[in-house]
Amino acid sequence: MSNDKVEFTQMDAMHYDVLREICNIGAGNATTALAKMLNVKVDMQVPKVDLVDFKNLADVVGGAETVDVGILLMLEGNVEGMMMFILEKDTAQKMVRMLMGMPLDDLGEFSEMELSALQEVGNIITGAYLSALSDLTKMYINASIPYLAIDMVGAILSVPAIEFGKIGDKALLIQTEFGEKDTNVNGYFILIPTPDSYDTIFKSLGLL
Amino acid sequence: MGELIKVGMADANICLPPDRITTLGLGSCIGVVIYDPIKKVSGMVHIMLPDSTKIQNKENRAKFADTGIEDLLANILAKGAIKRNLVAKIAGGAQMFAFSTNNDMLKIGARNAEACKSVLAKFGIPIIAEDTGANFGRTIEFDPETGQLLVRCVGKNTYYI
Repeated sequence: MSNDKVEFTQMDAMHYDVLREICNIGAGNATTALAKMLNVKVDMQVPKVDLVDFKNLADVVGGAETVDVGILLMLEGNVEGMMMFILEKDTAQKMVRMLMGMPLDDLGEFSEMELSALQEVGNIITGAYLSALSDLTKMYINASIPYLAIDMVGAILSVPAIEFGKIGDKALLIQTEFGEKDTNVNGYFILIPTPDSYDTIFKSLGLL
Repeated sequence: MGELIKVGMADANICLPPDRITTLGLGSCIGVVIYDPIKKVSGMVHIMLPDSTKIQNKENRAKFADTGIEDLLANILAKGAIKRNLVAKIAGGAQMFAFSTNNDMLKIGARNAEACKSVLAKFGIPIIAEDTGANFGRTIEFDPETGQLLVRCVGKNTYYI
């Protein structure tokens, strides 16, 4: 490891603390946006930063075959990578129905309108997350439009895992769980910067 | 009833009857099964990337189509399979998100499938069944006794290839 470059596999407790803190603020912002939008109280857990082996990746979010909604945004600018917003399928459907003032029972296939609303929810929430991150680090982060997949979470996570696979056998997951007891709005934010972007993040915060 | 052997992401294993072998939630990755239907020796590898020569860190050989299939083949032969009997079945390589851009990074599923086919062709192993591409995840389970590869997807009936 050279002196001026942080390999994400070799980060120490301080680096983890920093990532946890900036994601705490980002996710806090996003959760507030979500709560306002749904007009309900949404709690958020302290973000977890974990270096996970590929083979355990899906277990972190409840097992490879759990059906979830994944909303993916590609990040460009000073920080590159992916941002994922993962929600349980039922949770996601309840959420958009709350938003549209529709009955919460009789869940099943998503209608066109529900899918479109879900994409917009993803856009607003991840936007709130990223703008906090961008303000804090004074970096320019540009997000793509949200891409949506409803499938086994193992398959959804294979997309970011392959990116990590190009450089190692572990993925760095920065995940924040949020939830609301009565309506069970819960899910995860996962921020997946490219390896080079960690450097940029730490540098911008004056840690290198 | 035998056991169900699990193959993780960028992982491989060998399977003999009465056991079966599975890998869960294949997205853009490819599950490659190579087996000898006569000796009933089989193996599965869960491939993430097409080519190890383009990557610096290739410690985990199961991750790549070229090295993963080569090692799997060696291990199957070591377990008593006969080279000329060998056949392959492959599944996975989906494009999980419907991207409109031409970003090459995002077409990894198709590139993985192509790479697996060309590596298998190089070793002279015919692919007798294939379920690749599209935009959905797959869980696969292989039974070396019957040679059937079960494919399970969300919202579809389970099928065999």
